[in-house]
Amino acid sequence: MSYTFALVGNPNCGKTTIFNEITGSTQYVGNWPGVTVEKKEGKARKFKEEIKIVDLPGIYSLSPYTMEEIIARDYIVDQRPDVVINIVDASNIERNLYLTTQLIELGIPVVVALNMMDVVNARQDRIDTQKLIHYLGVPVLLVTANKGAGVKEVVEKALEVAQSAAAREADIPCKVFDQAIEQSLGKLQTLVKPWAQAKKYNARWVSLKLLEGDEKVKEKLDVPVTLMAEVKTYREGLEHEYDCDIETVVADNRYRFISNVVSKAIKKKNNGNTLTLSDKIDKVVTNRILAIPIFLAVMFAVFQASFGPVGSFTIDWIDVFINETIAGVLTSWLEAGGAAEWLKALIIDGILAGMGSMLVFVPQIMIVFFFLSILEDTGYMARAAFIMDRVLRKLGLSGKSFIPMLMGFGCSTPAIMASRTLENEKDRRLTIILTPFMSCGARLPVYALFAAAFFAQNQGVIIFSIYMLGIVVAVLSGIILKKFVLKGEVAPFVMELPPYRIPTLKGITIHMLDRGKGFVKKAGTVIFAAAVVIWFLQTFSFSFQMVQDPGDSIMGGIGKLMVPVFAPLGFDDWRAAVALLTGVVAKEVVVATLGILTDVGEVTEDSVELAAALQVYFTPLKAYAFMAFTLLYMPCVAAFGAIKREMNSWKWTLFTVAYQTGVAWIVALLIYQVGRLVGLG
Amino acid sequence: MNKTLKELKPGDKAVIKSVMGEGAVKRRLMDMGVTRGAEVLVRKVAPLGDPIEVNIRGYELTFRKSEAENIIVE
Repeated sequence: MSYTFALVGNPNCGKTTIFNEITGSTQYVGNWPGVTVEKKEGKARKFKEEIKIVDLPGIYSLSPYTMEEIIARDYIVDQRPDVVINIVDASNIERNLYLTTQLIELGIPVVVALNMMDVVNARQDRIDTQKLIHYLGVPVLLVTANKGAGVKEVVEKALEVAQSAAAREADIPCKVFDQAIEQSLGKLQTLVKPWAQAKKYNARWVSLKLLEGDEKVKEKLDVPVTLMAEVKTYREGLEHEYDCDIETVVADNRYRFISNVVSKAIKKKNNGNTLTLSDKIDKVVTNRILAIPIFLAVMFAVFQASFGPVGSFTIDWIDVFINETIAGVLTSWLEAGGAAEWLKALIIDGILAGMGSMLVFVPQIMIVFFFLSILEDTGYMARAAFIMDRVLRKLGLSGKSFIPMLMGFGCSTPAIMASRTLENEKDRRLTIILTPFMSCGARLPVYALFAAAFFAQNQGVIIFSIYMLGIVVAVLSGIILKKFVLKGEVAPFVMELPPYRIPTLKGITIHMLDRGKGFVKKAGTVIFAAAVVIWFLQTFSFSFQMVQDPGDSIMGGIGKLMVPVFAPLGFDDWRAAVALLTGVVAKEVVVATLGILTDVGEVTEDSVELAAALQVYFTPLKAYAFMAFTLLYMPCVAAFGAIKREMNSWKWTLFTVAYQTGVAWIVALLIYQVGRLVGLG
Repeated sequence: MNKTLKELKPGDKAVIKSVMGEGAVKRRLMDMGVTRGAEVLVRKVAPLGDPIEVNIRGYELTFRKSEAENIIVE
């Protein structure tokens, strides 16, 4: 026999820890179809039965208002797992039980795992499990997931429940609602039954949802108008009786039931008026005066660690390892084997270099996620959002977008992946579109070259102005996109501030490795294919002959065709167009390409010869427009791969790069044309 | 005396009377435990003046002042 158990719980209830504990390393991480909400699946270890564990998104309720909630609810009612394992944070039991009351109604057996028992014990609170079992009518087990205690017992219990057929037939075990609501539900239930049964839904649950006016359930069941009229009568009757809308009545009822259960089953040592350690930390961290300096210091530290000496060391090291060590070994093998020149070039310059352009990012992605996990698991991330919300709201974003945007100044690729921490899909999409406008480290060599060549007197000011331009464009884009493209209701900023916790090394490591692996697997295919195509285009001519000078290649040909497109921006030489096209591999490649095309050869950004050669093709005004274009146009293939992965949609991925490139063109055009008008040209 | 949660100052305690408005924001607030009868303690205001942090049902919750305006307390 094989079984499927679904893990459901609030965010921050320790669900991930329990999932990792049950499944070990056998998990699969992906996206739910069509949306960028994480989907995790794994097999339970240490059981002879085949048990599939599905980790549903962390949610506070089953209301049909957020993507996560809809996914979780649809999964449970449509896929019907054998058992729903509901993880409840015992140290925050009232709010956690709200979801429990909703889960129990779905008509699927529920097993409640009371997690964080160590916190409860440390507080010297006492939980009477028997009373909870009595009132909730479902099995309740005690767990301390971060120590692994009690997790196996939960799975055993779930297995026992799944194997006993009786549990499936059980009616809704607990009585949450007032008499008046129960009466209406009872009557509606008989009317609704045929439609509910056709879909294998629980009739009582369907009645309740229809009563609440849940559009999603209504659509799914295709209930006739006559029945809806009946439902309306009951709803209006109840709303009249309570003098309040039905959703409020239902939510009030749930919390009243919970307060009652909690007061009977839990004895608290202190009533919450004394300050916990977490409260004391918070008093300092979100202090009116200290909060912003602390925030900036934390961000600076994370940024330095990710993109400073350590981060760049790993990039250089892998770069040397792939492009010199491995390339050297492979070259000598290929030469010894007498391989054709084109094959050698394909393997070394195409495949290996393409792989390399992707793999160099892996350690940095893991470093970024190492720190992001720490920020998230300690609870600081929520505080960062709390502190920065005011600023980011102006862009139509919430506080949580700040971290991906900041990471963008280091490298767009991990920054785009960091947008995962945003729950709201629209916010996440907007953040992904805006993040590459934060000038990444790879673009600096291009600015450095042009600033040295054309603005020798005030290089610093010029480069700074380019960085600022990126921020200004991001702000304006945020406002415009929110207004016209990603419009809709402003996502409510109603967020839990979880207590500060010490993260576990295991949790952070698993998270970090997951991300690294995910990037290689998903983004790898896109980046790899793109790198090989670009290599092909710049190595071969239209007659498929290998060329030395990229100007003679297919890419060169395209570049020459592109001249009319770029001419209004001031780059009327084909070399500039080709440099920008090759810059898609990695933005710093723009410098190398310009070196080759201007016959200077191998160059670095402080090359005096190249600077001199560029004077022939650019004026200072053209150079500035070129820098602006380099800043804004579509990011490199690695970032493109990350965008594709995080958007989980080709439509949005293509929109993103088209928007960025379009903005780059318009901004460069404005700079050049306005500059000429005011006589700077 | 009825007033909105927005009018409370850090350190003030009150009992929720009702949540105004409709749709996703209201539902979210209720899901998070902002329902009639719940005791709420205003912890602090963010350094830039918005959002605010409250303690409710034994945990910390933050929302914007625009949301607090819709919460009637007594």
